[in-house]
Amino acid sequence: MVVDLRDADPSDAEVDRLFHALADATRRDILLRVLVAEFSVSALAREYPMSVTAVQKHVAVLEEAGLVVKRRQGREQRVTGRMDAVARARALLDQYEHVWRGRADRMRDLLAQDDERKDQS
Amino acid sequence: MSVTNVHKDTERLTMTVTTEYDVSVERAWELWNDPRQLERWWGPPTYPATVEEHDLNPGGRVAYYMTGPAGDRHRGWWRVLEADPPKRFVIEDGFADADGTPSATMPTMIMTVELAPTDSGTTMTIHTAFPSLDAMEQLITMGMEEGLTLALGQIDAILAA
Repeated sequence: MVVDLRDADPSDAEVDRLFHALADATRRDILLRVLVAEFSVSALAREYPMSVTAVQKHVAVLEEAGLVVKRRQGREQRVTGRMDAVARARALLDQYEHVWRGRADRMRDLLAQDDERKDQS
Repeated sequence: MSVTNVHKDTERLTMTVTTEYDVSVERAWELWNDPRQLERWWGPPTYPATVEEHDLNPGGRVAYYMTGPAGDRHRGWWRVLEADPPKRFVIEDGFADADGTPSATMPTMIMTVELAPTDSGTTMTIHTAFPSLDAMEQLITMGMEEGLTLALGQIDAILAA
């Protein structure tokens, strides 16, 4: 039930559900997390200053909008963002790029301190 | 900005980052080869690295841990697969248990680092290869705590893809 924006006519109701789902900052944050990895509802709830029930409600809104799927594993509900493998790989590599940009900047800052030490001597 | 190029391959699950610095290859190599320098850039200030063991010669290993904001420690290790200091080395990077033993169940990634001289300094190329999408997911989301920084604009791009 994902709204495919390439479809000729997603129903108004589907588009409303999609925008309603994305209109909340916590839901956007949950979506970002589950687009790159599967999380249990309890693990998600640890990330936010709200009850597990409140997080479950956010997840339900995301699921109704077709943005995430839930599966039961034992006593846990596990949540995954709906993306195909290529898009998921792209999201992960974007995250990894961010990691290396941080490292590259810190290397540059470390090397710049060599120059500061030389100037002071 | 020190990064001059990033190439991502979503089918091969690899990423190559190219950086340029105005220093000699020997000086750039020290960023990796001096454990006290490595500690200062490997992790962000909110999730710093501490290097306990360090040997980047062929057959060498590195043992380190990351410290989270609550003081929680997450151990990792490198195994040096190939090395030709200061020009090139290849390491396998993986998670370790609390006592530092390489985890038998967690995935590893392979990083190839090459340092080459240029007219103005050094080009450093870091190539990372992930064995599978699931492994990449675990290695990136569990190994790094930079936080999720994809902007809403990127969600739009993902949804429209």
